[in-house]
Amino acid sequence: MNVSSVKGSMSISSSTSTWKAGDTISDQFPAGLRVLVVDDDPTCLMILEKMLIACLYKVTKCNRAETALSKLRENKNGYDIVLSDVHMPDMDGFKLLEHIGLEMDLPVIMMSADDGKQVVMKGVTHGACDYLIKPVRIEALKNIWQHVVRKRKNEWKEFEQSGSVEEGDRQPKQSDDADYSSSANEGNWKGSKRRKDEEEETDERDDTSTLKKPRVVWSVELHQQFVAAVNQLGIDTVPKKILELMNVPGLTRENVASHLQKYRLYLRRLSGVSQHQSNLSTIISAQDPTFGSLSSLSGLDLQTLAATGQLPAQSLARLQAAGLGRATAKSAIPITLVDQRNIFSFENPKLRFGEGQQQHMTNKQQVNLLHGIPTTMEPKQLVSLRHAAQSVGNMNMQVPPHGPQSGQNNPLLMQMGQQQQQQQQSRGQILVDSTINHAPRLSSMGQPILSNGMATNVSSRSGIPENIRAPGYSQTPSMLNFPMNHASELPGNCFPLGSTPGVSNLTSKGAFQEDVNSETKGSGGFMPSYDVFNDLNQHKPQSWELQNVGIAFDSSQHSNSLQGNLDLTQSALGQQGFSSGQMNGHNRSAAVASKAMFSTGDVKELRSAQNINQHLNNLLVDNTIRVKSERVCDTSPANIFPDHFGQDDLMSALLKQQESVASSENEFDFDGYSMNNIPV
Amino acid sequence: MDRNRLHNQVASMRRSLFDQGYLDDQFIQLEELQDDTNPNFVQEVVTLFYNDSTRLIQNIEQALNSRPIDFCKLDDYMHQFKGSSSSIGAKKVTNECTAFREYCNAENAEGCIRSFQQVKQEHAILKRKLEVYLQTVRQASQTA
Repeated sequence: MNVSSVKGSMSISSSTSTWKAGDTISDQFPAGLRVLVVDDDPTCLMILEKMLIACLYKVTKCNRAETALSKLRENKNGYDIVLSDVHMPDMDGFKLLEHIGLEMDLPVIMMSADDGKQVVMKGVTHGACDYLIKPVRIEALKNIWQHVVRKRKNEWKEFEQSGSVEEGDRQPKQSDDADYSSSANEGNWKGSKRRKDEEEETDERDDTSTLKKPRVVWSVELHQQFVAAVNQLGIDTVPKKILELMNVPGLTRENVASHLQKYRLYLRRLSGVSQHQSNLSTIISAQDPTFGSLSSLSGLDLQTLAATGQLPAQSLARLQAAGLGRATAKSAIPITLVDQRNIFSFENPKLRFGEGQQQHMTNKQQVNLLHGIPTTMEPKQLVSLRHAAQSVGNMNMQVPPHGPQSGQNNPLLMQMGQQQQQQQQSRGQILVDSTINHAPRLSSMGQPILSNGMATNVSSRSGIPENIRAPGYSQTPSMLNFPMNHASELPGNCFPLGSTPGVSNLTSKGAFQEDVNSETKGSGGFMPSYDVFNDLNQHKPQSWELQNVGIAFDSSQHSNSLQGNLDLTQSALGQQGFSSGQMNGHNRSAAVASKAMFSTGDVKELRSAQNINQHLNNLLVDNTIRVKSERVCDTSPANIFPDHFGQDDLMSALLKQQESVASSENEFDFDGYSMNNIPV
Repeated sequence: MDRNRLHNQVASMRRSLFDQGYLDDQFIQLEELQDDTNPNFVQEVVTLFYNDSTRLIQNIEQALNSRPIDFCKLDDYMHQFKGSSSSIGAKKVTNECTAFREYCNAENAEGCIRSFQQVKQEHAILKRKLEVYLQTVRQASQTA
């Protein structure tokens, strides 16, 4: 993959170059591991630094989370792992964790003098790859390199298996929680399942699999694109479809798959959290505001919002986390499968059910994420967002095939928004969910954090259409309306609720989630939300159709997952089938391209995607638009990560996986170290 | 045999600090981190701790003196203080911090105030002991 040519956020080239840099010291691994340590306590910081230096690591220390984030952002591939304290004055350690997970996909280890079960669990659910109790001993630090290796390995596996197991790991029903625990898992277990279903997917991926997997940085833009794609396709979509829809050069299905996984976990986590709040409405309201702001961003805006911090960083992080989450991927199918998952401890069963919920969770999160994280949205992402929006219903918008240009996005979104204001709300949620759901799969970055978030989202999505509307959108009623006004709303979000031409996130959710097997499941899962959604959007029955169309569309692309959807959407698809066809073609390329691009921007995308989706849904989109959006979203059901939601499960699974997975270190490279030398 | 005497003195002071429970294993970690590239590491860390902890103590004092007492904030400060003191191996100080947090969780103002006195006392005692100890260490290394 020619990374260097990738637009914007794709950092593959940089990662490969980083990797090369490490080649020289590969023999010394783990010496030279680039560690960023963040702690507000100067005594602890000094001691940690000294210990890390004694371990022969290359240490950078920060006493503030904001400083750490900016260092990470300005040098995305300059660090291999992050150590962060939990209690910090300027930003909660978990929030930082989410940000990092979404934006940079680096392993993060939390530290605290607090060893309470709750706190440690929080670390796990937010995607931390380890949790150290203070005072930290040097022995504990000597082994932190394992997390770097593990992550690379998992990413590599995702990469490798993306073709065949894309959908496999997404077994929505069962594996939501457990599957995601590690991307490796995905490949391993689900892979076999998916394999049969997704053989076709494999073909497309072959070339990518064989490539060395450079680290993809999910910039804001890329992430937005991703989110838009997911929204369009539905959280249950498959990475392949998302990839195609995104059409980001250099992005692989694996990248998208892992990102989707994370995203789903993230959504799930969000929905889980929302659940706790126990009030969908509450959630919605929470989301709305953020979302609203988010939606307005759509594309450019999202970035701006994020930059301006309008979006609660936390929510953004959450969204991102959800989206990107390594989340063990249950997300995709999660909606339907959510119930099955129950693994996520913090996720309430409620979450599961709802696609709707998720959506709204997603929305919320997305919005937040974007705000909080001043990531730059890649034009691509914006585009994807736009796409989503467009597909939703804007015939007028012509979404450029690639690289969203923020500028363009906005106008497009604007258009869409106007049309779909109301619909968007409901859509938005759905979109959100779908986006989020998809995200986990897509992200190759596989941030565990995301998965958490995604997981929650996912769960929410599956069940409750209402949630979708309400929770997600309540906060940003404006967003929902897609109107480009707020672009931020959901366009990026996973599903293109209704009108999105092909990819309606909802549908994809059901469909993609488990990719292979899930198709039926997906549909099943999807259905519920669908129904709910209808309820919510009274005026939008048609949007569903669009969604269905999307699903159908997706199905066409992914034989497996889509099948289910197709059935569902048959009726609706009628008219949209056309767009589906188009999208297929596009999606593939987009999928490939977009995978690599995801980064924090994704979150934005998700949001915008949601918004867009809303619009689209409302409008019954223009075929062309749909095509585009689908393209972006098309992560190919098969690809989408094996795990959808159930971040908790995913996380644990992932963690377990990591441990159990045989290290094929030699196979993957991670920055600075040659795998061959990694002592596993 | 000045050197020997000093070294013996260092050894016995150190042993007693551990035996009496003023320091724990974490302090040994610090000592092990000290090497030729960082010959005064332990001293630097201890100095840093005492400078920083003074600030934390002031914060806690203020929080304790305010009415009504904000137990959440108190707990937060004490959490920081505990993290800091445990990182240098200040065992007794850390234990007193734990006791304080229990009173804090119970929102027992009286208990907190009393407990905090203990914290300050242990903090001061250790400071003196460490100063003497580290000074002896310096002398011993100079005469070496």
